[in-house]
Amino acid sequence: MTADATTSTHDVTWSEHESKQLLAQHGVAVAAEQLVHSGEGAAQVAAAMGFPVVAKLCGRAIAHKTERGLVKLRLGDPAAVDAAVQELLAAAQPDDGDVGVLVAEMVSGNRELIVGVATDPQFGLTIMVGIGGIFTEVLADVAFRLLPITSVDAHEMIDDLASQALLGAFRGEPEVDRQALAETLLAVGAAAASVEGLTSIDVNPLIVVDGKPIAVDALVVTL
Amino acid sequence: MSHDLSPLFNPKGVVVAGASTHPGKFGFVSLHNLLANGYEGNVFATNLEAENVLGVQTVGSLDEIPYGAADLVFVCTPGKVVPGLLRQAAAKGIKAAFITSAGFKEAGDDGAQAERDLVALAEELGMVIAGPNGQGVISTPVNMCAQIVAPYPPAGSIGVVSQSGNLVSTFLNLSRASGVGVSRAISAGNAAMLDVSDYLEWFGTDDATSVALAYVEGLTDGRAFMDRVTSVAAQMPIVLVKGGASDEGSKAAASHTGSLATNDRVFDGAIRQAGAVRADGLEEAFDTAATFATQPLPKGPRVAVVTTVGGWGVLAADAISDSRLELADLAPDLFDEIAKLVPPRWSRNNPIDIAGGETRDTVPDILTIVASHPAIDAVLFLGIGIQSNQARLQREGGFYPDHGLERIVAYHERQDTRYAEAAAEASEASGKPVLIATEFAVADPNNPGPATVRATGKYCYPSADRAVAALAHTWDYAQRRQRRSN
Repeated sequence: MTADATTSTHDVTWSEHESKQLLAQHGVAVAAEQLVHSGEGAAQVAAAMGFPVVAKLCGRAIAHKTERGLVKLRLGDPAAVDAAVQELLAAAQPDDGDVGVLVAEMVSGNRELIVGVATDPQFGLTIMVGIGGIFTEVLADVAFRLLPITSVDAHEMIDDLASQALLGAFRGEPEVDRQALAETLLAVGAAAASVEGLTSIDVNPLIVVDGKPIAVDALVVTL
Repeated sequence: MSHDLSPLFNPKGVVVAGASTHPGKFGFVSLHNLLANGYEGNVFATNLEAENVLGVQTVGSLDEIPYGAADLVFVCTPGKVVPGLLRQAAAKGIKAAFITSAGFKEAGDDGAQAERDLVALAEELGMVIAGPNGQGVISTPVNMCAQIVAPYPPAGSIGVVSQSGNLVSTFLNLSRASGVGVSRAISAGNAAMLDVSDYLEWFGTDDATSVALAYVEGLTDGRAFMDRVTSVAAQMPIVLVKGGASDEGSKAAASHTGSLATNDRVFDGAIRQAGAVRADGLEEAFDTAATFATQPLPKGPRVAVVTTVGGWGVLAADAISDSRLELADLAPDLFDEIAKLVPPRWSRNNPIDIAGGETRDTVPDILTIVASHPAIDAVLFLGIGIQSNQARLQREGGFYPDHGLERIVAYHERQDTRYAEAAAEASEASGKPVLIATEFAVADPNNPGPATVRATGKYCYPSADRAVAALAHTWDYAQRRQRRSN
């Protein structure tokens, strides 16, 4: 399944940076990041952010970054950042359009969640929370609601997840802050409502850091 | 749009249009069912030859019915004459039609056009129409069985609506078997004018109905449906079963979220959001509706299991642990009270296995004490009917009534009767659910245990698992309603 084959030709996929800016405006906690266009600039940004950092090729037409090797993790010093950015910019293809490189703080946690918005043919815009990571589709431990949602709905969605043990204290990490997660859901819902012609939002992964959910990647699609 | 469905469910008279002398035809069966169950309003029937059917002198046309004597026409004619019948009915002050006739939307494009025309006509005439292609309508407050199928259920407070006529019958059969009665039941048929949500909305206003039980497959307008379910669920529990739930949904979605957004998951979330209950299958749906109809809502999740059967208590505890309910801790004062009433070998824990304590006659007191304790929100009693089962064998075993058997059989049967009565009284006195589960509910319904449960107006659950699943749904509903009212 590729995005090209399944996305209507009228759909516009926002760049990761634009997608996260929208989410951040509505209150989603997003990993610190900055868009750069050269290796030199990137090293300065990374130094200010603190190492290690992540570098990702970023542009409207780019999906499937991981599969194309367009994500460079754990860059520990300015030279590594510089080299990674050169490599990413060189890997860009004409079809990718205008691109830059996102330099972002390296967020790590044992638990990944997924939050998203999808358009249901019957019900219109829906919002989802689920257990993220590589087993997302296999476990399909997800809960949906119709947008808009209330705070009660957001909390009940979290309660609906089967893997409640994953939301408790886990491998030395504190329990997931359910209030913060509920607020994230409300913020994603508000972001969806703010955009005319919104088709979908994926916030994936939403990594739990010290109990708080942080959006590490996001994709907004509009008509 | 809200419709007044009183003419459909509380008609002062019914006209069976298309009555037949042939006992295999819908026009005979529907008149038969209406008469056989003692409908209290006026009964009229039309028949082209004005024959006598089941003692009713039919008339050749609706034009011959007195004006204002009936509110409902039950249509058993071929589909093509239905528009004319509606005009004649409206001229006689009839405000509702139940249309069994086929040949509409289910029959293709021409039928679909005929159905749209029928709705437009009904709107013009100020009538409500149920169906077409439906099986009928039940209304126990007026003893009305206007349907082309059996059965007629006992009176009660469950309102049934279904997109499948046969599933109405299924729920009515379960009602008959369990004794937990029905207020209204209707098969939506093609739902040309009135769909499931219209009936749910009316049930919400109906004093005779305390819980709605619905089967749905497809929805024409999902948002509008959920908006109505939301407003009704704030007043009254709604239990839904969804057919077509295995749909894989939006395979073509480009986003992760979209690929996870199957129809079933979205429907499930929407139902929860609306504050209604989605049951997993027909038995669970009926169990749950029967619980809403016959037990108070739980005020908390803490369940005490009182059992005379060790294994059943263990399985019940497992089921509770797997649910959103909690196996209650026995408070020291409750522990001490129970200990006074049972042999020393009792379980000393929850499940409260009273270890033969039933022979000491204390089950009623234990049920009362446990149900009234402030740290207990619901009680599940297991083991009823065992003594009566032995009594049955002794009654039928060839030695009865000699050898002291008459006396002991009567004693055993009286004990199970007392337990069922005590459970109902404990629920009444405490305002808490007190559920009884036993396989005798289906294995031997005439056993005085389940028979007395039915006589007290309660539902006898066929297993502890099913009781726990139903109780858990009522607790979920109670919580959702509470959260939404804040």
